[in-house]
Amino acid sequence: MNWQAFALTARLAMIVAAALVVIGLPTAYWITYSRRRWKFLVEAVVSMPLVLPPTVLGYYLLVLFGNTTSFGRWYESVSGHTLAFTFNGLVIGSILYSLPFAVQPFAASFAAVDTRLLAASATLGASGWRSFWRVILPLSAPGLVTGIALSFAHTVGEFGVVLMIGGNIPGVTRTVSIDIYDQVQAAEFASAGQTALVLLIFSFVVLSLVYALNRKVWTVWPFR
Amino acid sequence: MRSVHRSMGAFFVLLVAFLCPAKVAAQTTMLTVAAAANLGPALREISANFEKRGGAHVTLVFGSSGSLATQIENGAPYDVFLSADLDYPHRLESKGLAVLGSLTTYAVGSLVLWAPKTSALDVRELGFKALTAPGVRNIAIANPEHAPYGKAAVAALRRANLYDALKSKLVLGEDVAQTAQFVVSGNAQVGIIPLSLAISPELARAGQRWELPPEYYLAMEQGAVVLRKSKYEKLAQDFVNYLKTEEAAAIFRSYGYGVPGPRP
Repeated sequence: MNWQAFALTARLAMIVAAALVVIGLPTAYWITYSRRRWKFLVEAVVSMPLVLPPTVLGYYLLVLFGNTTSFGRWYESVSGHTLAFTFNGLVIGSILYSLPFAVQPFAASFAAVDTRLLAASATLGASGWRSFWRVILPLSAPGLVTGIALSFAHTVGEFGVVLMIGGNIPGVTRTVSIDIYDQVQAAEFASAGQTALVLLIFSFVVLSLVYALNRKVWTVWPFR
Repeated sequence: MRSVHRSMGAFFVLLVAFLCPAKVAAQTTMLTVAAAANLGPALREISANFEKRGGAHVTLVFGSSGSLATQIENGAPYDVFLSADLDYPHRLESKGLAVLGSLTTYAVGSLVLWAPKTSALDVRELGFKALTAPGVRNIAIANPEHAPYGKAAVAALRRANLYDALKSKLVLGEDVAQTAQFVVSGNAQVGIIPLSLAISPELARAGQRWELPPEYYLAMEQGAVVLRKSKYEKLAQDFVNYLKTEEAAAIFRSYGYGVPGPRP
């Protein structure tokens, strides 16, 4: 078993899930409460990774990161290297790729908050910021956990984007899914099977937790 | 609600349209040829010529030799396999998946260092030194675990005593085509790719190359086999034989391959 790949994947998924909380919460808030008529366009853009083949995203990122674009040249002049084949590059790719898996559950749970409670909060003099922290966020807890768990799990399961921009460097960009692919290509079916089984169990556990949580089967949290 | 019904209706109409068997292009036999990615441009021309003469329609599938061999071991419906080496065809032979005696060395490949024309590196001037030049942070090679040209690239780097120093700079493409893409997009500064790919029109226009000295790696003999699964074994054998004709050899040569002499 390639533990290096597992450690790398876990680190990637944790960073991406954390970043998606920071990016996803304001985005979901805006999508839920904005009255702009063109907000459907933003919703469409956020959801695009659900339907785009990862190779499309990976291809655009590879071109964007390269020194043929002004972004690529700018990043290279600032940091001294391109984003492709780096861990940071994978983080950016994964954030884009898992964005809907965070934003959609967040937005759905925000939308389910009773607006009368928000109105009450406002009449009691709470600012929008305070209402968000004290009313919306606590009531959206299951949606938040779902979004975080899904974006974590989806990043663990990511393949196409990593294949396109990663360059398969051990310890830097060789994630578990790439490792499995390599093992299959090299006809090492036994180790590929082991690694695949670990991922299978992992996905099952994460999804079971998410659904248990959403059905309020709080026994997943024994001391509650 | 009515609009929901209407869109459901539209959905089913579409579904039925997709499920209806498309008019199958039922004419000549179809030969499916799985080929190493380095063969792209040359093989397209060769198979077009073969089609013109024989009438069999040839479908080409490209990938790294290792990927294709694994697919074949798992039942992929190919008729012919053109590997970038002799090991994978031998492996398929020994597993009873290739027709015994069909193994034919059809071309000998070679490796080049390749960099974009716009690069400050002059690979022709620098040779191996281009790899250790200051601006070079990433060197693209094909994955040595399952791409023969990647294996050869690693062998050449070892022979030049550069492998250990450069190991951390290597980025691995799935096959030689993706390897070239890493350099073309400007993410890697230099790549080690087959000559055949480097002289394809697009890469020749965009880049500069330096041929690695042949003594630095084993000759890249590329072998073809007819697969046992083929329903058109005779036709598949014709295709493999066609690769050895002077007509095909001329095309291979024009794409930068060496051509082995006729077997004794």
